[in-house]
Amino acid sequence: MDLNNLYRKVAIAGVAESDIGRVPHKSKFQLSAEASKKALDEAGLTKDDVDGVFTTIITEGGEFSSMLMAEYMGIKPRYTDSTSIGGSSFVAYVEHAAMAIATGLCNVALICHGSTNISDRGGKAGPVSGKETVFGPAQFEEPYGVSTVGSYALAAQRHMHEYGTTSEQLAEIAVATRKWASLNPLARMRDPITIEDVLNSRMIASPLHLLDCCLVTDAGGAVVLTSMERARDLKKRPVSVLGTGEAHTHRMISQMPDLTETAAKISGRLAFERAGVSHADIDVAEIYDSFTITVLLTLESLGFCKKGEGGAFVENQRTAPGGDFPMNTQGGALSYTHPGMFGIFTVIEAVRQLRGECGPRQVGGAEVALANGTGGVLSSTGTIILGRE
Amino acid sequence: MSQIPLPKPYQDTEPYWQAAKEHRFVLQKCGDCGQHQFYPRGVCSHCLSSNLEWEEASGNATVYSYSVNYRAGHPGFAAKTPFVLAIVELAEGPRMMTNIVDCDPESVRIGMPVKICFDDVTEDVTLPMFKPA
Repeated sequence: MDLNNLYRKVAIAGVAESDIGRVPHKSKFQLSAEASKKALDEAGLTKDDVDGVFTTIITEGGEFSSMLMAEYMGIKPRYTDSTSIGGSSFVAYVEHAAMAIATGLCNVALICHGSTNISDRGGKAGPVSGKETVFGPAQFEEPYGVSTVGSYALAAQRHMHEYGTTSEQLAEIAVATRKWASLNPLARMRDPITIEDVLNSRMIASPLHLLDCCLVTDAGGAVVLTSMERARDLKKRPVSVLGTGEAHTHRMISQMPDLTETAAKISGRLAFERAGVSHADIDVAEIYDSFTITVLLTLESLGFCKKGEGGAFVENQRTAPGGDFPMNTQGGALSYTHPGMFGIFTVIEAVRQLRGECGPRQVGGAEVALANGTGGVLSSTGTIILGRE
Repeated sequence: MSQIPLPKPYQDTEPYWQAAKEHRFVLQKCGDCGQHQFYPRGVCSHCLSSNLEWEEASGNATVYSYSVNYRAGHPGFAAKTPFVLAIVELAEGPRMMTNIVDCDPESVRIGMPVKICFDDVTEDVTLPMFKPA
């Protein structure tokens, strides 16, 4: 198939987040819709221009998500996509939307997301409720007490066993990400932390400490795409979709083929090949950071370093402001926001960096950015490479 | 005290849970390609054959990875913390999730040999688990 009509012919024309943090007075639907309005306003478009809707809601009342959200906003799309592969869905949607626009199946694509993940829990991180029975393959995991953090901890323990990765190396990621957050007024956690702070924070599921784990917040986000031709006439400088990839390797952590390698090995290779750029061309990386280990495995799987060398790669605050690998520049899921699915925020920040809108956290001369979403339990990935037009 | 979430057996999994209740640990083996699989399915995940047989498994395994969980993700586990969440590699090949029990949680290591045991959670449900061999 000829991809020449796709890459560099489709642009991101608008991005926005809703109110984020703790927003108990607004529903997740409202957060998604308000982010959509802001992203459309920014582009100089209205909801009546939208003919493609891409969203998924995995919490209560979110079934048939794209129909639900389109109805909520009074949109009647002719292209619809509720692909549900976890937090990476919103990065994978960039690929889907670009394809739909390139083929003429839709003209203006709206990717949106809203979640009241902390307010649903009464403001306290922890389980929403305890189900009594488990149907489907999950009955081979849930009766043993599996959790999201427990699943990622299994991967971290295995990586430490195989490659000698240390808790200090994982902590480097949390510390560097917090430094970026301190430069972002919207970030939830902005006070500096040290490696010792991470190691001394409560052990949740060994070897992962509290500060190895992402936040639990409310948040919404939206991304608007259209053809490059049309985007040139809109309000914001267009950001070009240079290359994309998506993949998944399993649903449950016990079925992961190799606990130390994610699907980013596949989606990343595809994105680089399709974009025709190399790792050295990436000026800024937005890497889904549900946990510190997620970042380390993703950096290796994307090929920024060899397998097993992720720990050494992030040492000496390499990913922090001033380091030679600027990463998670808005403060990431670890310190900025994380409403259960973070993918859309990696796209939003990559776009803002390429537009040069990031103020004190702006990466100088950023021309090419990579965003990588991870969904499920290291199960799925979407990788996109974006460029300044 | 909250109960842990219990498996609700279905077409694919009924024989597995029935065997567990009888303190037998069984695995599916494909009658066509000869490979084992875990978890139980209606088809072979290696070749999509429906020609599957149940086989008594050795119950021998090694720890592939583990995590000592200090916080419960489900209220049913609150009284069990710290507990050892683990993935074990069965002697027959497949991996499965389990708990490592009958030992100090901090003593579990990757590569450690473990052996099947059974936890009768309720009158109707027994969970296969593993303990140090």
